[in-house]
Amino acid sequence: MLKLDINGASYDVDVEDDTPLLWVLRDTVNLKGTKFGCGIAACGACTVHLDGAPVRSCSYPVADAVGAKITTIEGIGGDKLSAVQQAWIEEQVPQCGYCQSGMIMAVSALLAENPAPSDDDIAESITNICRCGTYPRIKKAIKRAAQLQGGD
Amino acid sequence: MAKLNVSRRKFLVGGILVGGALAVGYGFLREGEPDNAALTATTEEGEIALNAWVKVDRNGIVTVAVPRAEMGQGVYTALAMLVAEEMEANFDDIVVEQAPIADIYANITMIKDSLPFSDGHHQGEETVGAWGMAKVARTLGVQATGGSTSVRDAWIPMREAGATAKAMLVQAAARDWDVPAGEITVENGVISHAASGASGGFGDFVERAASEAVTTTPTLKDSRDFKLIGKPQMRVDIPEKVDGTAVFGVDVEVEGMAHAAVKLAPVFGGTLASHDAEAVRGMPGVIAVVPFDIGVAVVANSFWRAKTAVEALPASFNDGPAKDYSSAGILTLLEESLDSDDARVYSEDGDAAAAITASAQPVHAVYKAPFLAHACMEPMNCTAKVTETGVEIWMPNQAPTLVKWFAEKFADVPAENVTVHTTLLGGGFGRRAEIDLVYLAVTIAKAVKGRPVKLIWTRENDIQHDIYRPAAVSRFDGALGPDGRITGWANRIASQSVSGSFTERLLPWAAMDMPDNTTSEGAADIPYEFANRMVDHVPVKLPIPVGFWRSVGHSYNAFFTESFMDEMAHAAGKDPIEFRLAHLEGHRDFADVLRKLAEVSRWSEPLPPGRGRGVALHESFSSIVGQVVEVTANGSKEVTVDKVYCVVDCGAVVNPDTVTAQMEGGILFGLTAALYGEIEIEGGAVVNSNFPDYEMVRLAGCPEIEVHLAQSGRRLGGIGEVATPPIAPALANALFAATGERIRELPISKNGFIA
Repeated sequence: MLKLDINGASYDVDVEDDTPLLWVLRDTVNLKGTKFGCGIAACGACTVHLDGAPVRSCSYPVADAVGAKITTIEGIGGDKLSAVQQAWIEEQVPQCGYCQSGMIMAVSALLAENPAPSDDDIAESITNICRCGTYPRIKKAIKRAAQLQGGD
Repeated sequence: MAKLNVSRRKFLVGGILVGGALAVGYGFLREGEPDNAALTATTEEGEIALNAWVKVDRNGIVTVAVPRAEMGQGVYTALAMLVAEEMEANFDDIVVEQAPIADIYANITMIKDSLPFSDGHHQGEETVGAWGMAKVARTLGVQATGGSTSVRDAWIPMREAGATAKAMLVQAAARDWDVPAGEITVENGVISHAASGASGGFGDFVERAASEAVTTTPTLKDSRDFKLIGKPQMRVDIPEKVDGTAVFGVDVEVEGMAHAAVKLAPVFGGTLASHDAEAVRGMPGVIAVVPFDIGVAVVANSFWRAKTAVEALPASFNDGPAKDYSSAGILTLLEESLDSDDARVYSEDGDAAAAITASAQPVHAVYKAPFLAHACMEPMNCTAKVTETGVEIWMPNQAPTLVKWFAEKFADVPAENVTVHTTLLGGGFGRRAEIDLVYLAVTIAKAVKGRPVKLIWTRENDIQHDIYRPAAVSRFDGALGPDGRITGWANRIASQSVSGSFTERLLPWAAMDMPDNTTSEGAADIPYEFANRMVDHVPVKLPIPVGFWRSVGHSYNAFFTESFMDEMAHAAGKDPIEFRLAHLEGHRDFADVLRKLAEVSRWSEPLPPGRGRGVALHESFSSIVGQVVEVTANGSKEVTVDKVYCVVDCGAVVNPDTVTAQMEGGILFGLTAALYGEIEIEGGAVVNSNFPDYEMVRLAGCPEIEVHLAQSGRRLGGIGEVATPPIAPALANALFAATGERIRELPISKNGFIA
C-alpha cells in the first residue's frame, strides 16, 4: 500500500510500484482531469506537479511520488479558478480541450518559477503538443496570466 | 439542372408540454404521417420527443439539443447561438445538451457533398439533385459530424426552432395579458408589452404556450437585425475544459467496468495465428484474455494492468495481403498508374491535350503526397456493455448513427436495445467517423458478458492502425499563351478512393465501382478560367485502409494545384498573385480574397535575402481561403515559418472568434503535415509508432498567424477544414521564393529541408 498526497488529501493505493502515476490518478483515485496522450512523456497531456515541479505522469512510477505533494488540474485553482485557468477562458484557448489540463499545469509551473517569461522562455519551456493548434492563443494567455498574477 | 423550390411543407415546427417544459421540434414527416407525429414521439417516461431542438423550462432556462459532436470546432456554441438569436433569449440562459440519435438530425449537407454526382461548388443548392439527396439523407438517417457541414445544415432549422418557440411564448403572453401579439416585444429573454407595462420571462408562459397552435412557417429575422450571430461569443464548452471536469470518451466511468488493451496484427489485413493466454493469466488484475480475428485483448481491472499484460502476451500473426507493400513502392505504383487507360474525368473544357501539344512553352510537373495519420490527442477508445439482449456504447464519435447500426450488428441484438452515448471528442478530424473501435469493444465486451469494458488504444495502436489519408500522385501539363495566360491545363491524379474504401469497410452491400468526388475535390473544381482543361483521376486499389482526414481530397489537391499555379506564374514571368487574378474573371469573391490578402500581407514589399513569401488560394466546403506564408531558410536548409496571413470568406459568420480559431487550428494541422507528416509503410506495416517519429508542430515552431474575415455575401460555407488545404502550397511556394528550390513532394524534408 502506497500513501499519496494529492491536492492536499491523503490516499492509500494498492498498485504495483512501477505503475505510472497517471494511471493511479485516473483509474485508482478517479481524478480524470489528467489525460493520457502518448505514454512516453512526449506530449505532456499528463502533466501534474510534484512539489510544484512539472512532471509527465505517464512515465513517472507512482512509488517515486510517495512523500511529494502531488497537484493535478483538479487542485491547481483551489476553490476558484487559478490565474492561468482564468486567462485560458479570457483568451478562449481550448478547442477540443484534451491537451489543456497538461498545458495549464505546465504553464502554471513555468509562471511559478518565472513570473514574467519572455517569448523565448515560453517556447523553450512549453513543449506540450496541442493537435488542434491552440498555440497562438496559449502564447497570449500565458502573457495574460502573468499579468493577472501580478507578474509583468 | 432545373431549380426546384424546396417546400417546407414536409417540415413541421411545433411545441408540446413535456415534463413541465415547452419542447419545440423540427420534424420531417414521411408521406402519410399525421402532422403531429414528429412531436408526439415521446419516450416511455414521458420525456421530450427525441427530435426536439429546444426546451424551455419554468425557470426560463432554454436547453438546446445539439445533434453534432463537439470536437473543438465550437459547434455547441454556434448552434445555440442560432436558437438564441431568433428566440431573443439571453445567451447566458442557454444550456446545451448532446442530442440523442434521431432520424431528424441527419446531416443532409454532409451526405449531399459526399456524393459523386453532387452539384459541385459553383451551382445552386436547391436543385432537383440536391433535394433528392436531402431525402436520401433523411431516409438513411445518418447523423454525423464532418465535412464542415454542421452550421450549414442547421442554419435554417435551428433558427426556425428558436423563432417558433418565441412566437408561441408571445402568443401565450398576448392571451394572458389580453393584448395583441403584434404589440409584444421580446428582448434578452424578457417578454414585454410597452403600453400596459406588462412583462415576464419565458418561464412564465411555458405552460400556456404549449397549448398554442403550431406555427408552421415562422418568420426569421433579417440578418441586419442579428444581435448574436456575427458577434464573438464565449464558447459554452470552455469552462469545463480548463478545470478538468470535461468528460471525454477515455473518462467514461460505468459501474462494474473493466479495462481492455489490445495487440493487433501489424500487417494490414493480417490475422491472429496463435497466442498463449496462460502466460499472462496470473499477472495482476487480469480478468480475461480475448482472442479475435485480427488480434488479442487483455481485460483487467485497470488500464495499466491490461496494457502491461497484453504487451507481455506471446502472440503471432499471419501476414495480410498488404505484406508486399511499402509506402515508397506505393508512390511508384501510383506514379505508374498515371499512364492507365482507366482514368475518370471530373472536369473537361475544350481540348487541353491539343493546347499543350500546340504550346511553345509547355510546363510539366509531377507531385506526391504521403499517407498521413490523424493522431487525435485523445487516443481512440470505446466503452461497451453487451448483455444477452442489448448493447450500450459510450464513445467519442462523429457518426452516432453508424455506431448504433454497427453495435447492433456486432452484438447481434435487436435495434431497439442499442444505446449510444456520445461524449466530448478529444479531436476527431475524420478519424472518429469510423467504427473499428466499436467492433473491437463489442467483441471484447461480449466475451465478459454483461460487464462493461472500456477499451483504450495506446498511441502506438493509434499511429499504426489508423485509417489513413491516402497517398496521392498528381501530374500536370500546362500550356501558356503568348499573353502569359494559361491556354491548357491537364491534370491527372492517382490515389485510392476514400469513399470507396469507407463504403467497402462499412457498407459492402452498397459498394460499387463509382466516381468519388473526394479524389478530385480541390482539383476539378478550382475557380481559374482556362480555355482548355482536363482533370481526371485514376482510382488505384490498395490494401491500405484510407479514410476522411481533415479536408479529405483537398488536403493533397490544394498542394498540387496551387504549387503548379505558382510554377506556371514563374514560367510566365508573372507575379503569383497577379497571375492568379488574371485567371479569375467572373469570380469576384475569389479575387476579393486575393486582393485583401495582398494588402494585409504587404505582398509587394520586398523581403531580405533568405526570406520568401508564398501564396495559395483554395475553396473547399464552400468557403474561400487565401494564405500568404513568410519563411526564412538558411544555407543549411533549416526552415523557420515566420508568419501566416489568412483571409477567409465563409459567407455568413455565426461566431467570428470560432472562425478565427478554426483558421489558426486548420493552418497548424496542415503545417504539421507539410513539415513532418509522413506515415511510412514497410512490409505492409506502419513503421512510425508515436510522436517522436510522427512529429507535430509545437509552440516553439508555431508561426504568428493573422486571420482576416472577408465576407462577400456568398452562401454559408464551412470552417472546420477549410484552412488546412492552402497552407502546404503557400509554404512550398514561399520556400521557392526564398531558395529557388521547388518542392514537389511532401513533407518538405523530402527535399532536405529541416523544420
